[in-house]
Amino acid sequence: MISHHLPVLIVLVPLFGALLSALTSRGSVSWGIALIAMVTTLAATIGLLSEVLHDGVISYEIGGWAPPIGIEYRVDLANALVILIVSTIAAVIMPYARVSVAKEIVEDQQAWFYTMYQLCVAGLIGIAVTGDAFNAFVFLEVSSLATYTMIALGQSRRSLLSAYQYLIMGTIGATFYIIGVGLLLTITGTLNFVDLAARIAVTPYDRAMLTALAFITVGIGLKLALFPLHVWLPNAYAKAPSTGTALLASTATKVAVYLLIRMYFSVFGIDNIIGDFPVLELLLVLSIAAMFFASFVAVFERNVKRLLAYSSVAQVGYMILGLSMATSTALTGTLVHLANHALMKGAAFLAIGAVAYQLGSVSLEKMKGIGRVMPVTMGCFVVAGLSLIGVPGTVGFISKYYLVVAAFEKGWWWLAFMIVASSLIAVFYVGRVVEVAWFSEPDKKTSELKEAPLSLLLPTVVLAAACVFFGVDASLTAGLAEAAAKALFGGSL
Amino acid sequence: MEVLQPILAHFNHWITIFLMVAGLYVVVARGNMIKKLIGLSLFQTSVYLLYISPGKILGGTAPIIGDNIEVYSNPLPHVLILTAIVVGVATLALGLGLVVRINEVYGTIEEDEIFTQEDDDE
Repeated sequence: MISHHLPVLIVLVPLFGALLSALTSRGSVSWGIALIAMVTTLAATIGLLSEVLHDGVISYEIGGWAPPIGIEYRVDLANALVILIVSTIAAVIMPYARVSVAKEIVEDQQAWFYTMYQLCVAGLIGIAVTGDAFNAFVFLEVSSLATYTMIALGQSRRSLLSAYQYLIMGTIGATFYIIGVGLLLTITGTLNFVDLAARIAVTPYDRAMLTALAFITVGIGLKLALFPLHVWLPNAYAKAPSTGTALLASTATKVAVYLLIRMYFSVFGIDNIIGDFPVLELLLVLSIAAMFFASFVAVFERNVKRLLAYSSVAQVGYMILGLSMATSTALTGTLVHLANHALMKGAAFLAIGAVAYQLGSVSLEKMKGIGRVMPVTMGCFVVAGLSLIGVPGTVGFISKYYLVVAAFEKGWWWLAFMIVASSLIAVFYVGRVVEVAWFSEPDKKTSELKEAPLSLLLPTVVLAAACVFFGVDASLTAGLAEAAAKALFGGSL
Repeated sequence: MEVLQPILAHFNHWITIFLMVAGLYVVVARGNMIKKLIGLSLFQTSVYLLYISPGKILGGTAPIIGDNIEVYSNPLPHVLILTAIVVGVATLALGLGLVVRINEVYGTIEEDEIFTQEDDDE
């Protein structure tokens, strides 16, 4: 009985968890509620995934109203993968959150942090699970508003400024998206993804449709930090509390990428998009620019959180690159990179959060020799860093392998060369951190430090181990991604 | 009148586009954080118009089932925009709340003055 309602439960559990958390005043009680909610959500997600694998696409009618009139939650392999990423990361970070949040956020605001954490997860899962364009907007705003608040809870006064700037950019992005959806509604008269796809297929692809596509692309592009719309991201990631950064960096941009994929492949239809206006070529150029420019900026960044944030912009470039190549192999690369990047960036930000916990700073010059006093933490960072570069045996290699193969399949050997070349820049920014952390003598302050507490280490080690595990045996992640990409290419929804 | 015809025929859309661009311009051009939020609100409000105005059908009544009623306006946009208004209000409230806090810690809400303070910090 309850298994029938799994698609809506994965949204409702964190939503009501947030409500309960908001009613408590003690941080530890609020944390307990959030932990239960996140673990339940993860369990429900796994149940949902096995249902999708077993029975195929699941359609759930909200309130018993049949689509296209009612809102439909629709789960296929692509969004099951994305939901799995979000709920896994959200649950794995929870043990970490308690100690880190207790140090970084004042006692009477801790309950609010967990409220926002759960609201953000509810919103992100909502975007992924819904089959309704307007409903996706509402969830986009739920997760965004929670994110702004989470960033504003950071330690420095700069956090408030970053939150404000992100609020302006994020709202413009969401409004652009909703303008695009509004145009689609005016053209077709429907909001349901399946219904939209069916009606767009028989509607002439005219200027109004192209305008809708443009608005949706730019709107989601702002949300997923597509170069050059990424300016909000480094400040937002650098100034949020460590736990919040790890959650956002591993999940928020991934869900936006998923929404763009859904719009391009399921709603508009990729054959429609390849028209007179070079949409995919434009995305290709922007993603290559992101891969090089953002990696290059990261090399010169002194704040390690900002360094990793710029690296995120570059990694989003790889995801959009896969989308813009528009072949089944490339899309597999994109989808598998969603999962892989969540693992590696989660591990990297958790490791840096542990450094911030012990050292009280994340600037590179203060981290001299930190690897020698915190070997496990920085060891995890190195594994995550190797994944970012794409060293064989780590998850980063799997993603780049698919992208390079896709480039060769299209005969674009120059693109394969660029993917490898941009990975080399990652060697420099990861290398800088590794050099300072391991090959410099610890100074007076760092030599007195000890290894981070177990609750911080455990989630970091789990994610770093996953980076290696799924790098060696990619049958789960790549297998899911490949099947999802095939389904998306079949145009089925 | 010939020249005005295309403008009058799509009068609602012209208003929508004007509000949209004006709002976006205020967000970009103003350094005062409150004014930026007002611009953002204007921008969001223009979208309400974009949704609602095509929903009206000339000669149509309110969407109530009854005798002799055959043509009625589309009720869906109204419901959607009711939701969008709630989202807009929440965004504005959060934005204003942030500005209050920024004013408390920086003593100003002018962006350029805040950036000068930040440069001094580093």
